[in-house]
Amino acid sequence: MKKLLLAASAAALLAGTWLAPAQAEYLKEHRGGTIRLLARSAAGTLDPHINYTDQGWQMYQPIYDGLVAFRKAEGMDGFTIVPDLAEALPQVSNDGKTFTFKLRKGIKFSSGQDLGVKDVVASFQRIFKVSGPTSGTFYAGIVGADKCLADTKSCTLEGGVVTDEAAGTITINITKPDAELLYKLALPHAVVLPADTPAEDMGSKPIPSTGAYMISAFDPNKGMTVSRNPNFKQWSEEAQPDGYPDVVQYDFGLSEEAAVTAIQNGEADWMFDALPSDRLGELGSKSMDQLHISPLSAWWYAPLNNRLAPFDNEKARQAVAYAIDRNTLVKLFGGKVLASPVCQVLPPDFPGHEDYCPFTKDPGAKWSAPDLDKAKQLVEDSGTKGQKVTIIVEDTAISRSIGVYLQTVLTSIGYVADVKPISSNIQFTYIQNTNNKVQMSVTQWYKDYPAASDFLNILFSCASFREGSDASINIAGFCDKEIDAKMQKALDLGVTDQAAADKLWAEVDRQVTDKAPAVGLFTPKRLDFVSKRLGNFKFNRQFNWMITQSWVQ
Amino acid sequence: MSNVAVAAPRKTRGPWAVAFAKLARDRAAMASLAVFLLIVLACLSAPLYAKWAGVDPFASTLDAVIQIDGADVPVMEQSTEGLGLGYTPLGPTWRLGNYFLGADSQGRDVMARMLYGGLSSLLISGAATIFTLILGTAAGLIAGYFGGITDTVLSRFLDVLWAFPIYLLAISLSIVTIAHGITIGPIEIESGSLWLPVIIIGIVYVPYVARPIRGQVLSLRNSEFVLAAINLGVPGPRILWRDILPNVTTTLIVFVPLMMALNMLTESALSFLSIGVQPPAASWGTIIQDGQALLYTRPLVALVPGLAIAVSVMALNVFGDGLRDALDPRSKVRLGRD
Repeated sequence: MKKLLLAASAAALLAGTWLAPAQAEYLKEHRGGTIRLLARSAAGTLDPHINYTDQGWQMYQPIYDGLVAFRKAEGMDGFTIVPDLAEALPQVSNDGKTFTFKLRKGIKFSSGQDLGVKDVVASFQRIFKVSGPTSGTFYAGIVGADKCLADTKSCTLEGGVVTDEAAGTITINITKPDAELLYKLALPHAVVLPADTPAEDMGSKPIPSTGAYMISAFDPNKGMTVSRNPNFKQWSEEAQPDGYPDVVQYDFGLSEEAAVTAIQNGEADWMFDALPSDRLGELGSKSMDQLHISPLSAWWYAPLNNRLAPFDNEKARQAVAYAIDRNTLVKLFGGKVLASPVCQVLPPDFPGHEDYCPFTKDPGAKWSAPDLDKAKQLVEDSGTKGQKVTIIVEDTAISRSIGVYLQTVLTSIGYVADVKPISSNIQFTYIQNTNNKVQMSVTQWYKDYPAASDFLNILFSCASFREGSDASINIAGFCDKEIDAKMQKALDLGVTDQAAADKLWAEVDRQVTDKAPAVGLFTPKRLDFVSKRLGNFKFNRQFNWMITQSWVQ
Repeated sequence: MSNVAVAAPRKTRGPWAVAFAKLARDRAAMASLAVFLLIVLACLSAPLYAKWAGVDPFASTLDAVIQIDGADVPVMEQSTEGLGLGYTPLGPTWRLGNYFLGADSQGRDVMARMLYGGLSSLLISGAATIFTLILGTAAGLIAGYFGGITDTVLSRFLDVLWAFPIYLLAISLSIVTIAHGITIGPIEIESGSLWLPVIIIGIVYVPYVARPIRGQVLSLRNSEFVLAAINLGVPGPRILWRDILPNVTTTLIVFVPLMMALNMLTESALSFLSIGVQPPAASWGTIIQDGQALLYTRPLVALVPGLAIAVSVMALNVFGDGLRDALDPRSKVRLGRD
């Protein structure tokens, strides 16, 4: 018994650096082959410091590494931070304002260059030099970031990212304690690239990587080929595990309908885009074993412009929240298997989430039914009856359907409503800009990392609202000084006591929900349709399906 | 006394009567006109049909239940097999007034929407045709008659408009105006108004009408009766109105069905791309767009409006060809007594 325990302990210790026995065995049996993926289009630029899409972030996981990473594990374990290029999690000092990492030795880029501390510091500078989309938010707390944001070209992050080449350490200094810094460092925007990577958007040109795979070919109109990195030796199974397929072939251009048929015929293994709604019934009955339904930390919601009539009136906003039948919306999204009704901001199973629903027939923890009488009364009380409301939605089948349904609801409670579907390419920025005077819209928010602030602080803090800007993510224009102060308090508390901070976030969630700056519609689930030959499907809550952890032979 | 008998002058019919007679004898043109009029009548009955059927073709009715042979049937049926994914709208019942063509993804009666959609499509294409003809004729008359700098400026402007790919221009104008509408001085057109697609389609086709009209006016400008009127000191606008316009009328008449067919196609394309008629209003283009997501389970939702567009456009084109032949004095259509 003792021997067994010792062996188990040894295996556990080795897990960080060597293959776990099970994986080693599976690798022998299933290693090789080409996994074929499909998407309607490419995810934009290949540059991991710039790309800000689910599609891109998912594909980067077996390719790039940061100092830390989200654990490559199934389910909620995927939210755990583990050391990646760093030997261990950082030593935190200076009252939570200094993080010291020791870089692993012997890691090479796919180009053959050795990874060194100079690459790390250059990569942090590059986040600002290429004006990365989160440089002004996630990484603005690094000492020297203000100068880098003001003058991107000459960014040095002096005093912010300090290296000791001899000791192989990197020290990151931040201006004030940040409980979420490690999450931010584990995102693709903070991966380490070779120091000589040009400080410009690399577009379609692959950048050498440290992960198990590398991008070997890319044509945004045709596809991407990802092959094994010849210089990769697994250093941590939980941060960057070796993969099963030799090649990942990602082809672009097929419609969703054609992609489903290709998978059914065994010509492809998976598709990125959502399954067409008219195929759901057939696939759900005939191809059950090829479908995987996984929870997402996401929120479909309808921001109501708190600075424009009629939704500058709290009662008018609450009326809409009472009137919307979430079950109907769930039905439009494909049914209860694919979505669940929601009233509040934080998604289920998310830090800080405590069930809460004030805008329902029987207010309490869960949504039960719309309360149209209450909604009509609130519209009367608000004095906004008969006002005109335009709903701006994305020009996709599902968003259009939701828009048309919301138009019917608003009409039924006394507004004169119409819907405007606009191109998906511009809708998200269009609804953010106050110059466009958008009263109501339909949009979605998918978490960047598992923290309540990623929903509440980002979507509803005063700082997230920017007049006349396309990047005003507080679409509702909500700003409540008291709630703002509480969010700040929760952020600060998270540095020392995350559990207490999450309690406070739950309180903020309730307060924001009560003010109804936006109406929660439903929480979606991810439906993955895979080929018959694909095995070992594993879904990570942070970056979705772990592509190279599945096998095709 | 002369034995020579003088023949009584033969009574001839006017050019319009000859044209009508020619048209009436063109079976294909008349059949097309009949088909088109039938479609127009059906579409005009849209409000009556919706009232009779007791449906609101613009409101989501996802929870509606209808009766078929005494049995309750939900308009949106949830899949019950396997994982129970997705909802399928009711298929065609083939019973008038009771979801004859089935339901769309919002649970709305497709037949009622088809009729309303046709009404929108016809209204927009008809109004845009009038708009195009008025603007195009005015531009063609002025440019052709006054010549000089007026002609140069107008012609270059039309050239610029002509140089843009039509759909690209229409899409650009739609995107700019779709969210906020148009405000020109005291005239304000709201973003959801049907007048927006009318104006956009009307504008993009102006060169199609203006250029041939200008060509005709240039030739008429040098004809003897116009020169005589000028020398007699008749004012230009009066010459345009009384002498030149009547001579281009036949061309304009031929343009009506042809432009209407073209406008109907353009309207459908813009609505399909979400930049024409705005939801929940219907046009045949928006119904095709709605049906696109149901092609696999309910293909009729997209096929029926597609067919309606094809039949209407074909009818208008065949009728337009017949009209052109009838109004053309050089036409080879034989008339029995003439």
